[in-house]
Amino acid sequence: MTNDAKRVVVVTGGSRGIGRSIGLRMADLNTRVYFNYSAADSTDAEETERLVEDAGGSAKGARVDVASRQEVQEFFNHIVKECGRVDVLVNNAGITEDGLMVRMKEEYWDRVLGINLKGAFLCTQAVAKPMMKQRFGRIINMTSVVGVMGNAGQANYVASKAGLIGLTKSAARELAPRGITVNAVAPGFIDTHMTADLSEKVKEAMLAQVPLGMMGQPEDVAEVIAFLASEKASYITGQVIHVNGGMYM
Amino acid sequence: MSVEEKVKNIIVEKLSVEPDEVVMAASFVDDLGADSLDLVELIMAMEEGFDMEIADDQAEKLQTVQDVMDYIKKHA
Repeated sequence: MTNDAKRVVVVTGGSRGIGRSIGLRMADLNTRVYFNYSAADSTDAEETERLVEDAGGSAKGARVDVASRQEVQEFFNHIVKECGRVDVLVNNAGITEDGLMVRMKEEYWDRVLGINLKGAFLCTQAVAKPMMKQRFGRIINMTSVVGVMGNAGQANYVASKAGLIGLTKSAARELAPRGITVNAVAPGFIDTHMTADLSEKVKEAMLAQVPLGMMGQPEDVAEVIAFLASEKASYITGQVIHVNGGMYM
Repeated sequence: MSVEEKVKNIIVEKLSVEPDEVVMAASFVDDLGADSLDLVELIMAMEEGFDMEIADDQAEKLQTVQDVMDYIKKHA
């Protein structure tokens, strides 16, 4: 099989957490997974590459800052050159810099918005061109339950996640005539390194809000992403799909 | 292939129109049925085909086949 015949999936922030699960869920003989990561240490990325290969797929990580237009452009140019196409983009890269809004430093605001929202915009712009040519594409943005509910202490993160919903809907309308769907997935309280940092008290309070009474696993989210990325989801666009155990309905 | 032929071929391919419809006076939107997304794709294809960059404020002015021919000849 030539490389052209393979499905090409790009996951930002793919070295760990939900991003890694997405790469693993998508891994098969017919898929090439590319992901980026930001950590100076490449241990997680190498582990993800190995896990995807063990699962029968292929994955390649690159250290790329999604908030940098130049780095993003180079990353996608490289992929398109190597594969000739991009079928799926999952804008998953995200960070938190929590603190009460009234005291939030401007740099924390800028950093979170830069990676979570501008990063998704830059990556979406970079794949739009090849996807328009292909007359096919799937773009999935990782938003969050707090993007629709709000959350004290996360004004920057929440603003970025709510912004992603707006980006999703606008891009969905713009790209629909070219066979490209754009959707958002909004996880609730998921068991990852991002939530591992929370105190026991906060975790308990969050769990109390979840009717299903437990944290979600990264695989719960990856399953929905895999569906939205498939041919079967061709009539779904501009939507926000919630994966939150009933925390928000 | 001459510049004229190359430009014409790109227009035919991108807008899915017949070659004889692509006359110099033809407007992309009014005569060739292009929408705003088609125009963006057309400009991107010209940029790629002639290895050049067309700034947004210039691209807005390219409304007919003649406009594009003149622009490409002057800048490519």
